[in-house]
Amino acid sequence: MATDYGSVTLWLVILAAGVGTFLIRFSFIGLFGLLDDVPAVVERALRFVPAAVLAALVAPQLVVVDGSVALSPANPRLLAGALAALVAWRTEDVLATLVAGMAGLWLLTFAFG
Amino acid sequence: MTSPRTDFRAGVRVALPILLGIVPFGMVAGVAAVNAGIPPVGAVAMSVVIFAGASQLAAAELVGRNAPAVVVVFTVLVINLRMMMYSASIAPYFQRESTRWKGALAYLLTDQAYAVSLLRFENDESVSRRWYYLGVGSALWVTWQLATVVGIALGASVPDGWRLEFAVPLVFLAVLVPAVTDRATGVAALVGGSVGVAATGLPFNLGLITAAVVGIAAGLLAEEVA
Repeated sequence: MATDYGSVTLWLVILAAGVGTFLIRFSFIGLFGLLDDVPAVVERALRFVPAAVLAALVAPQLVVVDGSVALSPANPRLLAGALAALVAWRTEDVLATLVAGMAGLWLLTFAFG
Repeated sequence: MTSPRTDFRAGVRVALPILLGIVPFGMVAGVAAVNAGIPPVGAVAMSVVIFAGASQLAAAELVGRNAPAVVVVFTVLVINLRMMMYSASIAPYFQRESTRWKGALAYLLTDQAYAVSLLRFENDESVSRRWYYLGVGSALWVTWQLATVVGIALGASVPDGWRLEFAVPLVFLAVLVPAVTDRATGVAALVGGSVGVAATGLPFNLGLITAAVVGIAAGLLAEEVA
């Protein structure tokens, strides 16, 4: 994986993403008084952003192998991911989740790969 | 009596256990950026300018896959949209700060800084909000930047056999699982994940945005039905 991005494009992406993210953070802190509360509809939708977006980021990386869906135990990423999810649920700890998932992947590829 | 100094220190102290979790996350972000082919200076700039872990990982991955620049920026913003909620929730406590201070405090807004500070603000009238939050936020900021730099330095030398790229979904998983707190958020995750898988073939990496929108809609619907 190596990007074809030129340095100008890369810097523009970083800058736009950074400024946009800052404006999101600043929104209500900066405008307090003008804009006291998030509209109820927006607040309700925002509540689902982390779950929906993160799941959409994770699932394909666990389930898709070489462009097709692999829902079998022979897919080490799926099993290692399930183990990591279990650890994340029990501990809510990033480090523990990382260790469990990586160890799971290494053991499974060592055993079957 | 509280003073700026003691409140700042109290903030740093409460952040200490969180820093342990930030270190591997930051290192993964650094490694991922380098592996995507982003030069070290760009990778550091990403960490300083964006300063939001999950979105940095997603950006690195999309840049590595040569997704259109607009899609990369849009994805970062979608992932960080949740911070608008934090901004609204913490805004009353920063009401009396100058605009310059508000800007600095907003820049340091993260999941962790928000959660820890709000808890203290709600239970303690006497603490200086500005200094306490600044203690939490700067401890997180410094640790994040150092961890990213370590990851960038290690990045190129990590052997492929280690499959360190798998750390990226694992970090997302570690943030995702606690975000599922009830049936409706569970539905949002399930639908978001399924659409994400089904839409992997979409051009311009639009699968992620599609999955996010459908997942959020599904969550709202599930809440409505319940």
